[in-house]
Amino acid sequence: MRVGLVVAAVVVLAVCASAGAAQAGGGFSADVMRVIRLEDHNARVVLLGTGLLGAAAGAVGAFALLRRRALMGDALSHATLPGVALAFIVSVAWGHGERSQGFLLLGATVTGVLGVATMHLLERFTRLKEDAAMGIVLSVFYGAGVALLGVAQRMPGGNAAGLEGFIYGKTASMVSSDAVLISAAAAVVTVAVLVFYKEMALLSFDPGYAAARGYPVSALDAVMLGLVVAVTVIGLQAVGLILMIALLIIPAAAARFWTNRLGVMVGLSAVMGAMACVTGAVVSALVEKMPSGATIVLVAAGGFFVSLMFGTARGVVPRFLERRFLGQREARRHLLRAMAELTETAGTDGVARRDLTRARAWRQGELRAAEGQLTGEGLMEIAREGRVRLTAEGRLEALRVVREHRLWELFLVRYADIAPSHVDRDADAIEHLISPAMMAELERLLAAEQPAPAIPPSPHALPAPGGTSTGRVP
Amino acid sequence: MHLPHEHNPDAVVSIHDMTVAYRRKPVLWDVDLDLPAGKLVGLIGPNGAGKSTLIKAALDLVPRVSGEVRVFGQPYRKVRRRVAYVPQRESVDWDFPVSVLDVVTMGRYGSIGWCMPVRRRDRDAAMVALEQVGMADYARRQISMLSGGQQQRTFLARALAQGADLYLMDEPFAGVDAATERAIVELLRALRAEGKTALVVHHDLQTVGEYFDHCVMLNMRVVAHGPTAEVFTPENLHKTYGGRLTLLDEAANRLGRGDRGVRR
Repeated sequence: MRVGLVVAAVVVLAVCASAGAAQAGGGFSADVMRVIRLEDHNARVVLLGTGLLGAAAGAVGAFALLRRRALMGDALSHATLPGVALAFIVSVAWGHGERSQGFLLLGATVTGVLGVATMHLLERFTRLKEDAAMGIVLSVFYGAGVALLGVAQRMPGGNAAGLEGFIYGKTASMVSSDAVLISAAAAVVTVAVLVFYKEMALLSFDPGYAAARGYPVSALDAVMLGLVVAVTVIGLQAVGLILMIALLIIPAAAARFWTNRLGVMVGLSAVMGAMACVTGAVVSALVEKMPSGATIVLVAAGGFFVSLMFGTARGVVPRFLERRFLGQREARRHLLRAMAELTETAGTDGVARRDLTRARAWRQGELRAAEGQLTGEGLMEIAREGRVRLTAEGRLEALRVVREHRLWELFLVRYADIAPSHVDRDADAIEHLISPAMMAELERLLAAEQPAPAIPPSPHALPAPGGTSTGRVP
Repeated sequence: MHLPHEHNPDAVVSIHDMTVAYRRKPVLWDVDLDLPAGKLVGLIGPNGAGKSTLIKAALDLVPRVSGEVRVFGQPYRKVRRRVAYVPQRESVDWDFPVSVLDVVTMGRYGSIGWCMPVRRRDRDAAMVALEQVGMADYARRQISMLSGGQQQRTFLARALAQGADLYLMDEPFAGVDAATERAIVELLRALRAEGKTALVVHHDLQTVGEYFDHCVMLNMRVVAHGPTAEVFTPENLHKTYGGRLTLLDEAANRLGRGDRGVRR
């Protein structure tokens, strides 16, 4: 687990570093070249800072998502605005014309935490539910922030122009010292996630058990909240407070599509967060008046879409392919059984396609595909026009399939008290999903009455050629 | 605090005069209980009787309005290592991205210590626990792929991995298949043979006599407790399940509303 995290951290650093070392390609405009080659020191430091920020946000976001606290980050980020504005007003009132980054972020932290605390108090002492409490805190704090921002902008002697960058994110306005501050804070957050990895995992999975084992759950939650606060505050300048929540949720949610392991998910989320931030910052630098928050979120969303579609653990496409594969295997078994049973009841060599079509409710094209599959395997051949038959090898395989089906039917009738007339469909639904181990268990259970190679009689009527049913086979 | 002398000094768990309330509405009222060592104790009662709350209050998971709990003669926080808790299966998200082995290893976190990585011997201990519940083959499996019975066994293995002397289990038999139920019963008996104690919330009245030596019958208050043969009687069952005491219920509701009527 931890190895995975370390690897992820290294990858993030490598991404940042390679961005720094990137060579120019031909055909770009001079502007693009300047950004891509990172010729000036400032751009390099800013990219490193945003990259680390994205990694920290991704790692923290994974735990916040699993602890179901991710949306709290939204209330938190909106609640930072009055703090930023107040800090600016105070610093101007004190006569500092230049705004100090650290002081503004301190203000953001104070009101951000205040917002979350208000939310908890509302939930605890009124019967308001979480969503209501969140909505109230988010809008009221943000509203207060906008009002204070209006006051700040009318103050004489202060340059409040840059403050809007905190709302939408503006990496372009970052200077080296900002980036260094962000990098340091992001590094601290990442290390904290590594150090508390085990405890965070336990807290997120089973807080009740953690409490019973003596873990101070509230304190751990406070640590997690602290990390979310830290990431949010340092992310204000790059991503902006409105979209900061995206950096906490999207990479983590995307990572979940690729893995079922927590360590991998946290590491992957960090990598995706870093990549989104670096790419978004570059694009924002290239396109005039493009807020970096928007580009970062859009890049992250692109990554999310790719993960949703192709994520190996639970992506749409892999799941579709798997279902299709299962469906094909199922159709193959169905055809083998239909062939065997039609041969069994009619005793003819070769089965009419017409009877096969009627043997069960095939899906569109299913029968044809299964026929192709069996023919390709050399299990089935065309007897004459409109009739097919199993090869010798095919008959063996079909007998195996029929035996498995009949054993299941027997088992269901005998042990699960399912009526013989209903058992066919039930056996059908189950038999494709059973493992060889389960099959062995079934063989063991029924071996005495149905010794191995024999085909047990069907407990229900079988379809016969020509469409009529035979009587019940005893 | 000195316990009144009617409590048995050998008791594994001594609950004295405990009242627990959610939002001021009492859920448990004046519970007095001694659990004997080396016994399997069934905790039975209707829905809402406070069975889970009793266990959680004993583990300091929910605050007590009054009363005291002693485990092995000490406050719970001093003997945590010796007490294993098996929460209800539904209490966690089984879609969480961890493997069965990861969950069972959580039982070892107490001995691993803060911020330290999981050691090989902890994983080995977790594997031994998984073997005890017949789940060794599933160690690497993601927990969302488990059946209800397998989930329950995973939780039991986590408790076993801790190596405790007292097991508090919240409905381990709920929604499990017959094979798992047998496996859990065998496990409980093996624990008893080692001199360990288990308090098990149980719902199936048919099997109480077969599974448990002792029996606590609960419905907001302790209706009866003692050896199953003595207390598991139709009369006590009627008292436990035959409707709540209307007056007590009404009083509790008023306390919960906290306005007119009874005041605390």
